Amino acid sequence: MELLSGGEMIARAMEDEGVEFIFGYPGGAVLHIYDALFKSCKVPHILVRHEQAATHAADGYARATGKPGVVLVTSGPGATNAITGIATAYMDSIPMVVLSGQVASHLIGEDAFQETDMLGISRPIVKHSFQVRRTEDIPEIIKKAFYIATTGRPGPVVIDLPKDLTNPHDKFEYSYPKKVKLRSYTPATRGHSGQIKKAASLLLSAKRPIIYAGGGVVQGNASEQLRVLARELNFPVTHTLMGLGAFPASDRQFVGMLGMHGFYEANNAMHHSDVILAVGARFDDRVTNTTGKFCPGAKIVHIDIDPAAISKTIAADVPIVGPVDSVLNDLLAVIHEMRAADTSLPDKDALKHWWNQIDEWRDTHGLWVRPQYDTSTPFIKPQQVIETLCKVTHGKAYVASDVGQHQMFAAQYYKFDEPRRWLNSGGLGTMGFGLPAAMGAKLAFPDADVACVTGEGSIQMNIQELSTCAQYKIPVKIISLYNGYLGMVKQWQDMQYDGRYSESVYENSLPDFIKLAEAYGHVGIQVTKLSDLEDAMKEAFARKNDLVFMDIHVDPHEHVYPMHIAPNGSMRDMWLSKTERT
Amino acid sequence: MMRHIISVLLENEPGALSRVVGLFSQRGYNIETLNVAPTEDPTLSRLTLTTIGDDHKIEQITKHLNRLIDVVKLVDLSEGAHIERELMLVKVRATGAQRAEIKRCTDIFRGQIVDVGPSVYTIQVTGAADKLDSFLEAVGEAAIMEVVRSGVSGIARGEKILSL
Repeated sequence: MELLSGGEMIARAMEDEGVEFIFGYPGGAVLHIYDALFKSCKVPHILVRHEQAATHAADGYARATGKPGVVLVTSGPGATNAITGIATAYMDSIPMVVLSGQVASHLIGEDAFQETDMLGISRPIVKHSFQVRRTEDIPEIIKKAFYIATTGRPGPVVIDLPKDLTNPHDKFEYSYPKKVKLRSYTPATRGHSGQIKKAASLLLSAKRPIIYAGGGVVQGNASEQLRVLARELNFPVTHTLMGLGAFPASDRQFVGMLGMHGFYEANNAMHHSDVILAVGARFDDRVTNTTGKFCPGAKIVHIDIDPAAISKTIAADVPIVGPVDSVLNDLLAVIHEMRAADTSLPDKDALKHWWNQIDEWRDTHGLWVRPQYDTSTPFIKPQQVIETLCKVTHGKAYVASDVGQHQMFAAQYYKFDEPRRWLNSGGLGTMGFGLPAAMGAKLAFPDADVACVTGEGSIQMNIQELSTCAQYKIPVKIISLYNGYLGMVKQWQDMQYDGRYSESVYENSLPDFIKLAEAYGHVGIQVTKLSDLEDAMKEAFARKNDLVFMDIHVDPHEHVYPMHIAPNGSMRDMWLSKTERT
Repeated sequence: MMRHIISVLLENEPGALSRVVGLFSQRGYNIETLNVAPTEDPTLSRLTLTTIGDDHKIEQITKHLNRLIDVVKLVDLSEGAHIERELMLVKVRATGAQRAEIKRCTDIFRGQIVDVGPSVYTIQVTGAADKLDSFLEAVGEAAIMEVVRSGVSGIARGEKILSL
């Protein structure tokens, strides 16, 4: 067996684990590791400009590929800077392994230089964490970390590495374990067959059913199963913000995103449904509106890998714990059997009636039927930017977004037909996520179109990554919707604070984004007229090898609609425009 | 709202206890009492906590505890027949006629006086938590100088066990 130092073990384990990229930033506590990477590691390292961006880039890579993202940061500020990105990954159940340096073992607890209690600080936002105590344990701990991060409900795992344990002079036998077993961790592998039968008969007896599918379908690689099941039953499908793309947006059965900024037809179909099949979704507050008024007539089947997600906010009538792909397969098999025995199932007349109702909702207020925004103003509408982006990229781009109005417009107007194309911080709502996440996706898929939809607020939260993109030639397209405000904050201030724009206005303090992009060696294109928009965007995407920063000036007063009426509203209570409500 | 005794087999690893305690503060659950010590298997700790909540909250607590990688197994002892014990040490002012009175009271509660000073008794009482409460009430606030309670421990009655 080979003798390796702790640092060398880490470098080797990355190769043995099949890691494609390490996103990181060196510093005192991880210098032994960086030296080992320099000497021998075949895995490319991407030097970001801020550790937060390392975690978001690893996260974007993980969302786009389904493989775990890997981050390497130093102790103290390196570790704390990574925290926002770890929390972002945790909230959206993204597999990630974060290697954080730590001061030498004998200094721990002495307030040493760049010491911070990383395990303590990260505890509430990780799936699990380890602090290495003996160099010999490094291979097994790394294997366990990847296993935990990627199985069950995925999530980030932190490994804290005291510097002395990576010392190049202390060598130990290295072998990378093929398998690990944890007696205290056994994720469910199948759903309960009795529950699945109950669910099947409930679904087949439904008169007003709807499938409500979330990020779990994407993370659980169950899009195919969802499509087959939905088509078999001819049920409408709605997606959460996190689920977009799992079911094709261009399919007639897709009724749009649901929730706070969900489609009129989706929110109404939910509210009036008699059976909801919730798959890999968690009934969060941005979906349900007032929980006491949530879908009053609906029986709920809830499939999730995480038992704690079931009946947390809304009680499930038929809970099924298991991986969504296998549960959907089993469910489909049972449904086939039941339909073979009784060919009148499901009730086709009832479904026809239900579809007529849904189509009527869709016809009156559907965002994709005809523009629901005011086109009489001289401004470019943010919705038009996303529609143009979707058209120019044929709906096939990887779209990473930041957080705010632009995020909601992107979710509403970009028609995702495939899973893992829509990369956004849904749970934590992290501004600054977009650009590094786009970098991660572009590195994974260099030939694909990768866009970062952002605003002039969000982009400035990680704009330093323009430098990383220059160093590694990562030609993402930045679609920045410039309105001079923190748009979503302004919208809430318009609606709830009588237009008092407390600290949401930039007042001529914004940089010239074109010059800024050029200063980093990139291309900047400014668009202020609708008539220029499509051509400019075509040009941007035609520049395959350039990062293009599109600074698009949009209507500063546009709001995102529909918007749930809160507090005390139900799913179907929405503002449809500034003046019109349900 | 009911009081529950949740008993947990936990990996005897550094940081494991902080994950359990952190979960409670993070999600806004209460811990009334908590105790933890290694078991006959040195790789496992047994942790017992009491908490108050409705069925929904207790279900969430047990689900989230189970989600922790360090939690091997757990049981809500309150769901079945069980034995509950807590140990308490009480230091009381004991002078003059009170000395006999406190001794009598201790006997009634089947406690023991484990340390005697010229004006002080230290009394050990074991039992369910409400028995310990009653003892403190019987002795009277005026006499009590210091109270130390171990927190509740518990075990299921009969054949049922919590083990690997």
